[in-house]
Amino acid sequence: MNAMTLPSPLRSLLRAVLLALFAFAIFGPLLNLFLWAFAERWYFPSKLPLEYGLTFWYRVFQPRGNALASLGTSIWIAVLTVFLSLAVAVPAGYALARLRLPWRSGILLAFLLPQAVPNLPVYVNIAQVFYQIGLNGTILGVVLVHASHGLVLAVWIASAAFASVDVSLEEAARNLGASAWTCFRTVTLPIAAPGLIASAIFVFLESLDEFTGTYFVGVPDVTTLPLLMFNASMGGNYQIASITALLLLIPSIGFMLVVERFLKADVLAMVGR
Amino acid sequence: MAAARRPADRWTGVALAAPALAVVGAFFIAPLAMSAIVAFRSKGGGFTLEHFSKAFDLYTTDLLFTLAIVLLSTVLIGLLSIAIAGYLTLGENPRAVAMLRWLYRWPLFIPFVVAGQVMRTFLAKNGMLNHVLIGSGLIEPLSAQSMLDWRGIVVAFVWKQAPFVTLLLAGAMASLESQHIEAARNLGARRLRVLIDIVLPQVRGTLLVGLVLSFVTMLSVLSVPLMINPNSPTMVTVDVAYRINTFADYPVANALCLLSLVLAAGGAWFYLRHASKKIEATA
Repeated sequence: MNAMTLPSPLRSLLRAVLLALFAFAIFGPLLNLFLWAFAERWYFPSKLPLEYGLTFWYRVFQPRGNALASLGTSIWIAVLTVFLSLAVAVPAGYALARLRLPWRSGILLAFLLPQAVPNLPVYVNIAQVFYQIGLNGTILGVVLVHASHGLVLAVWIASAAFASVDVSLEEAARNLGASAWTCFRTVTLPIAAPGLIASAIFVFLESLDEFTGTYFVGVPDVTTLPLLMFNASMGGNYQIASITALLLLIPSIGFMLVVERFLKADVLAMVGR
Repeated sequence: MAAARRPADRWTGVALAAPALAVVGAFFIAPLAMSAIVAFRSKGGGFTLEHFSKAFDLYTTDLLFTLAIVLLSTVLIGLLSIAIAGYLTLGENPRAVAMLRWLYRWPLFIPFVVAGQVMRTFLAKNGMLNHVLIGSGLIEPLSAQSMLDWRGIVVAFVWKQAPFVTLLLAGAMASLESQHIEAARNLGARRLRVLIDIVLPQVRGTLLVGLVLSFVTMLSVLSVPLMINPNSPTMVTVDVAYRINTFADYPVANALCLLSLVLAAGGAWFYLRHASKKIEATA
């Protein structure tokens, strides 16, 4: 053993206390949100809700309520964003991983920029341009904004996924007479598939959670779930805001629990996000 | 390298990358360039600095406030992630390590807007934090105060971003050669020394990339300051939204955006250099 100064029972106690504090820091805020989602009435200075119930859940989930409509809008936008992003990112990722590119560093820079630069100026100006050409407040406008950010992640993950495919497998297929396209379709693509699925999930989540771009480009007609949550919260309706927040937490936490099955830490480190 | 055996590859590659480049170019790089133009253009179309002087007149406090909040958050995120990732790598109690590994990553993919809502209730005067502090006798009921000011923003940022940096850092630490660490331990070095002298220098790059990405991300978060601390002094993002929504004042809004770009520039430059080298090395 090394030279530790604290006796061991004291160390165990200290460790337990620190872990408990840490658990409170992580789960305390989430628990507070959970309580708000089921609180019928909760006034100062009572520590816990005065009455629990599901009234606000009924209100959120009523067939004509705008929460369900926002959920639908959010999912539809996210699905379209995934399709658009992957459609352009998979070829680009393959090119970066396997082919020689002129102006390679310039191309890399273009794909890194959206992560390295604050996005606010982009949203502000794109909203102005979209307003002039009638794309503001449309699903397409929001999808384009989400995709321009999401495809960057998709390019990197796809590129890492293709780079990790063993070249000798491809060469074997080519030597047996497969065309470049057949080789890509039957060898490279299936092996890289887990990485590509991971990038699709990343893009989906990012689009689902995106706030600032939708805030500027989506107004006044496109209300996604994050915007609905924000409006409810700013309007002082903490119950509706908390229920919507819980809905948004489900995919985020689900992905957090499985992320390492899709992506190893080294790929994640390369993705850098 | 295995790539580029055929000369045709060169243009195939460009053709394959072109659609993605077009999307990034049209919907990211062009608007970014537009920002620079709008911020320097006068009503008559000439060059002017009046938008910047107006931005400084109105928002110097907020610019400094933004920088202070984001820097403080970045430092706290760095310290926390080093502590957590360090314990995950060097901890001796397997159960504590497993619990910490399970605990730390919950906020990882929680969106900022949800983190804002969560902290808005948790840190309020009547929030759970105050109730727990009062209940455990740490503060008097009368001295309970709302933390929904700069502190709330920092807490929300650190809560949301520290797990991300920790994930990267713990990944990098796990892939280190364990012989070095073990050798140092066998020579009697204490864990803190091993962490500072042997582990950290080897994962410096990963730590810096994680912190720079967090720094840049936090600079352009709008929802958290809007929800936690919308009144002056506040973050520049709130001012930008206000200039646009209230006055449709795009020139000053763009001047403010460019100033926050300047705040991010050093970090962005470091990150771009580091990341493109890294991708170049793997691809």
